[in-house]
Amino acid sequence: MNEQKRAPIYEALKQYRKNRIVSFDVPGHKQGRGNPRLTRFLGNDCLSVDVNSMKPLDNLCHPTGVIREAEELAAQAFKAKYAFLMVNGTSSAVQAMIMSTCKAGEKLIMARNVHRSAINTFVISGVIPVYVNPGIHRDLGISLGMSLNDIKTAIKEHPDAKAILVNNPTYYGICSNLREIVRLAKGAGMKVLVDEAHGTHFYFKEGLPVSAMEAGASMAAVSTHKTGGSLTQSSFLLIGEDVNAAYVRQVINLSQTTSASYLLMSSLDITRSYLALEGEAIYQKVLNFANYARQEINQIGGYYAFSRELIDGDQFYDFDETKLSVYTRNIGLAGIEVYELLRDDYDIQIEFGDIGNILAIISVGDRDLEIERLISALSEIKRLHQKSIHNLHMNEYINPIIIHSPQAAFYASKKSLPIMDTQGMVCAEFVMCYPPGIPILAPGEMITKEILNYIQYAKEKGCLLTGTQDLNLEYLNIVTRMEAL
Amino acid sequence: MELWYTENHTEHVRFSIKVKAHLYSNQSDYQRIDVFDSIEFGRILTLDDVIMLTEKDEFIYHEMITHVPMAVNSAIKNVLVIGAGDGGTVSQLVRYQAIETIDVIEIDREVIAVSRKYFPGLANHFDDPRVHIFYEDGLKYVRFIQSAYDLIIVDSTDPFGPGEGLFTKEFYGNCYKALNDEGILVNQHESPYYDNDAKAMIRTHDRLKIYFPICSVYQAHIPTYPSGHWLFGFAAKNHQPVKDVSRWNDLGIKTHYYNTDLHNGSFYIPNYVKVLLGENG
Repeated sequence: MNEQKRAPIYEALKQYRKNRIVSFDVPGHKQGRGNPRLTRFLGNDCLSVDVNSMKPLDNLCHPTGVIREAEELAAQAFKAKYAFLMVNGTSSAVQAMIMSTCKAGEKLIMARNVHRSAINTFVISGVIPVYVNPGIHRDLGISLGMSLNDIKTAIKEHPDAKAILVNNPTYYGICSNLREIVRLAKGAGMKVLVDEAHGTHFYFKEGLPVSAMEAGASMAAVSTHKTGGSLTQSSFLLIGEDVNAAYVRQVINLSQTTSASYLLMSSLDITRSYLALEGEAIYQKVLNFANYARQEINQIGGYYAFSRELIDGDQFYDFDETKLSVYTRNIGLAGIEVYELLRDDYDIQIEFGDIGNILAIISVGDRDLEIERLISALSEIKRLHQKSIHNLHMNEYINPIIIHSPQAAFYASKKSLPIMDTQGMVCAEFVMCYPPGIPILAPGEMITKEILNYIQYAKEKGCLLTGTQDLNLEYLNIVTRMEAL
Repeated sequence: MELWYTENHTEHVRFSIKVKAHLYSNQSDYQRIDVFDSIEFGRILTLDDVIMLTEKDEFIYHEMITHVPMAVNSAIKNVLVIGAGDGGTVSQLVRYQAIETIDVIEIDREVIAVSRKYFPGLANHFDDPRVHIFYEDGLKYVRFIQSAYDLIIVDSTDPFGPGEGLFTKEFYGNCYKALNDEGILVNQHESPYYDNDAKAMIRTHDRLKIYFPICSVYQAHIPTYPSGHWLFGFAAKNHQPVKDVSRWNDLGIKTHYYNTDLHNGSFYIPNYVKVLLGENG
């Protein structure tokens, strides 16, 4: 444990600063001197360590010094075989997981409620997705974890699939039966990749749902910046026993920057040390905040801040109690409406609102004061804006009908049509409802009436729809002719 | 040796008082609490390096935050005081026989303990049988209350620190709900003079206006507060503050600052403040 006090990149940067090295290398701002306005804005301390790879600071593409040490310490903290510092976002970690286990034309089993980074990877790599319906919670309208039966069926129907990608926990904090999924997958010779973007804290607090590494997963992408406290865009890619880390490094290097930011890397290094030493206490506090907020919000009436009572042994196998998700439809408001009221009227920014729910992230940085503000604002929104419950669209999940592979459709000949005229055609681009960034359509999928209705509804409710060339989503690209790839 | 207490009124303006002795200093769960003794102002209570009260001039603040609403509506019986751990506001309220309950919501237990020890003349009034102290977040307390009070006094610190929640829209909305149809809310409304204080002042006024049909500010001269020119907010569901309040004199309450002429006068504010509040200057 004592080793976890160390933060080798941080220590090396402090030393670098002390040595007052004369720099005739990049970056051109030279410790900030060359860009006074930026330096005043971000601070001298920050700019003075925004430096390039060099011998005492190691090199992320080929680490042999302090970065290697930092990665080894991270592996120890996360109980992984190895851990990579990632500076291109968790999206790049998801990409690396898929591309180091599947080649073009090979299959990957996954739930539809994965992050767009996974589906983007199919376009880049030519991997073929096999979607498993994540299931929808009947009352809350949110997608759940993966059901073991669905996985068994998918394995049976696609025994040639190379891996299973599990989104665990989901954005809403719902967990699948990860240990059993690992057992099933390994029995079928498949790897288990876990998008654990929202699960950093699972590694540092007893009593939370099982982490990917503990469950025996092959790899896991952990967004330390989401709930852990490192800088935005920094994360870890964790490697399990059954994966060749050196090969994964080669795959990461295919698309990773060669100018890795030391601000991001030192933030990962310091965060890892902090969480390893203090995580238990920090996340106990977070847990207390979330449980308190849930209890108070449920007392307001109308809102439903859900938790472990929904656990069902399968698709809602476990719940991350640090997540504060609130179902808002019983006060007659869509989640997105509550989200906007909180921001516009009460200066409170929460993570997202979808059609039926809002999600507030509670983390290492929160205090009583802000929790009380959130609860009181919700109580006021109910008092001032409550409506009669009308028939809101309940079906969040629409089963995709896949006609072509994402890569083939993305690179096919296409044309742009008014969106309402596209029913029955094959989509050539992504339509994401953001947040949480789960695709409504991916390239190669059939555009159905149900999907068009959903898009229309999401637009009316103010969801941000992204991914299309037409930023207003009045036009949609459809496939006209398939090219031979 | 000279010992001075210095407070930054702005980044470029300082206010100093020569100190006889530093009597108490502690970091509570919420804020740093200090008590000084001084030649000019007697004992001084500061929270997070900001003067809350001095023995010498506290009467101005506490008389103005209580007697103004009490003179507007003599039928006030149930009062909620939020903040006010120093006891000054309560020490004025207990002088009204007609008041039946005074609920005090103070988040920081330490403030009351320190006041009892160093400002017993004020804090002893917490022992009045009509006073009930709740150690709780004010924002949380009002969330559960519906039409229960005739008067709410928000005697808070500045909106930067533990008092922040008491300047929010959600707080004022919940206060509106906690007041009955005759309800009045009076609050510490910052100063109009220095930029940062003035911004907080405008924001507070705008937020109160959302809920209360009657919304004014009134002023007092408080030597130890930034710029000396201090405002209070008066927000009500149906009571106009400027009117003949001379019947208040029948109560026979002796005051050092407040009187019923000054009552109306205090609502006549300078042009630049009117402009800040979006009224015609």
